[in-house]
Amino acid sequence: MATNVKALPVMSIFDTFLNWKVFVQTLPLLLSGLTTTLTLGVTAIVLGFIGGLVLALLRLYASSPLRQIAVAYIDVFRSIPILVLLVVIYYALPFVGLRLSSFGAAASALSLVSAAYSAEIFRAGIEAVPRGQFEAARAIGLSPWRRMSDVVLPQALRIVIPPITSNSINVMKDTALASVVAMPDLLKQATQAQALAANPTPLISAAIIYILILMPLVRLVGVFEKRLAVRGR
Amino acid sequence: MTRPIIEMRNVVKSFGLFKALQGIDLRVKEGEIVVIIGPSGSGKSTLIRCINQLEEHNGGEIIVDGAEVGRGRKSTVLTEVGMVFQSFNLFPHMTVLRNVALGPVRVRGLSWAAAEERAQRLLARVGLEDHVVKYPAQLSGGQQQRVGIARALAMEPKVLLFDEPTSALDPEMVGEVLDVMQQLAKTGVTMVVVTHEMGFARKVADRVVFMDGGRIVEEGPPGEIFNAPRDPRLRSFLQAVLSH
Repeated sequence: MATNVKALPVMSIFDTFLNWKVFVQTLPLLLSGLTTTLTLGVTAIVLGFIGGLVLALLRLYASSPLRQIAVAYIDVFRSIPILVLLVVIYYALPFVGLRLSSFGAAASALSLVSAAYSAEIFRAGIEAVPRGQFEAARAIGLSPWRRMSDVVLPQALRIVIPPITSNSINVMKDTALASVVAMPDLLKQATQAQALAANPTPLISAAIIYILILMPLVRLVGVFEKRLAVRGR
Repeated sequence: MTRPIIEMRNVVKSFGLFKALQGIDLRVKEGEIVVIIGPSGSGKSTLIRCINQLEEHNGGEIIVDGAEVGRGRKSTVLTEVGMVFQSFNLFPHMTVLRNVALGPVRVRGLSWAAAEERAQRLLARVGLEDHVVKYPAQLSGGQQQRVGIARALAMEPKVLLFDEPTSALDPEMVGEVLDVMQQLAKTGVTMVVVTHEMGFARKVADRVVFMDGGRIVEEGPPGEIFNAPRDPRLRSFLQAVLSH
C-alpha cells in the first residue's frame, strides 16, 4: 500500500514529461526543427562575423562620417532587444513593402545584432595586438591593408576566439525567438508537437537537444581560454 | 662631397605639452654610421622614429634620399628605410623565414620562393641558418633580434635605423647582436643607431651625436666625443655611464 502511494506520482512524472512513446512519435518533427534552427544559427553567425569585422575596421580606421555611422550602428543594435527587432522586421516592414519570410526576418534580426556585438569583440581583439606589431609592419613598408591582413588580424582573431565562440552560442540560443514569427525551428516544432500529443514531452526533449548541441561549445570556450592563457603572447 | 641621405632641418616634435625634439638639425651622409647617445628622455628614439615617420614631426623638414617625408605626405621613399626595434617586434604567428620574407613579397613584389631564398641567405649571415622554420617565441632574445636585423635587411634598405637594439637583451646576448651590427657597418649601408653601448659607439661610429633635452648638444668623431667632451652635460653623462 505504502509503495503504491510512492510509486504513483513517479510514474505520472515519467508519463507526463518523459513519455517514451510520445518522444519517438514526435522526434522526426523535432529533428526537422533542429535542422532549421542550425541553418538559421549558422547563417546568422557567419553574417554577424563578417559584418562585425567590417564594422570594427570602420569604427577603428574609417574617416569621420563612416566611422560615426559604424559607432551609431553598434550602439543601436546592442541596445535593441532582439525580440523587438524581429517583430519590427517581420510585422512592420511589410507596411513599407519589404516582406521577408520568417526565416529571412529571423536571420536578419539575429545577424544585425550579432554583427554589433562581434564588432566590439573584434575591436577589442585588434586593440589587444601590441603597438610594436603595427609599427614593425609599417617599418617594412606594408600597405595599411597588408598590415591588417598579414600581421594584425591573424593575431587579433586568435585573441577573439573565446569571446566570438561565446557570442555564437548566444546567437544559437536566440534562434528560439524565431518561433514568435512562426518559423518552424526546434522550439516551434516542439510546442506544435506538444499540442498534437497533448503531452509536454517534446518540450523537455527540445530543451535536452538544445543543451546537447550547445554544451560542447560552452566547454570549448573554456578550453580555448585556457590554451590562450598558457600560450600567452 | 657625398650627398646627405638623411637631412633634418629644425625638426620639432611634441607630445601634448612635452617637447620631445626642439629643433633638430642633422645630416647623415650615405654610408655613414651615426650613433646617437644621451640620457633617457633626451629624444633619441623620437628622433629616429621621426626619420621613418613612426612619429610624425610637428615642425621643420625631414628629407630622406632626396624626398621630403611626413606632414601628410605619402612617401614611398620610406620603404628604403629599415628599422630594428628595442623589443624586436617579430611577427609571432609566422616562422622566422616568413618574418624575413614577408616584406620583399608584399612590398617589392618578389615571389615567395625568391623571397625565402633571400631570407635564407640573410638568416645565414646573422648565424641563424638552423632556426628558419622556428617561431620567434622559440628563440632567445639575441636570436630574435638577429632575425629583426635580417628582416630589416631583406628590404635592401638604403638606411638602417636601430632603436636601442640591445636594451631588452640579457647581458650575455648583447655581444652577438653587436657583432652582427659591426659586420653590417662594414658593408657600406647607412646606419643610425640609438644605443647605450658606448663600446660600440667608440669602435664602430663615424660620428657620435649627443642629445639632451630634445636637442643635439654635441657631435663629432668618437675620439673627440669620448676623449675630449666639451659640453658639461656630455661630460657628466659620460662620467655616469662609463664609471662602472
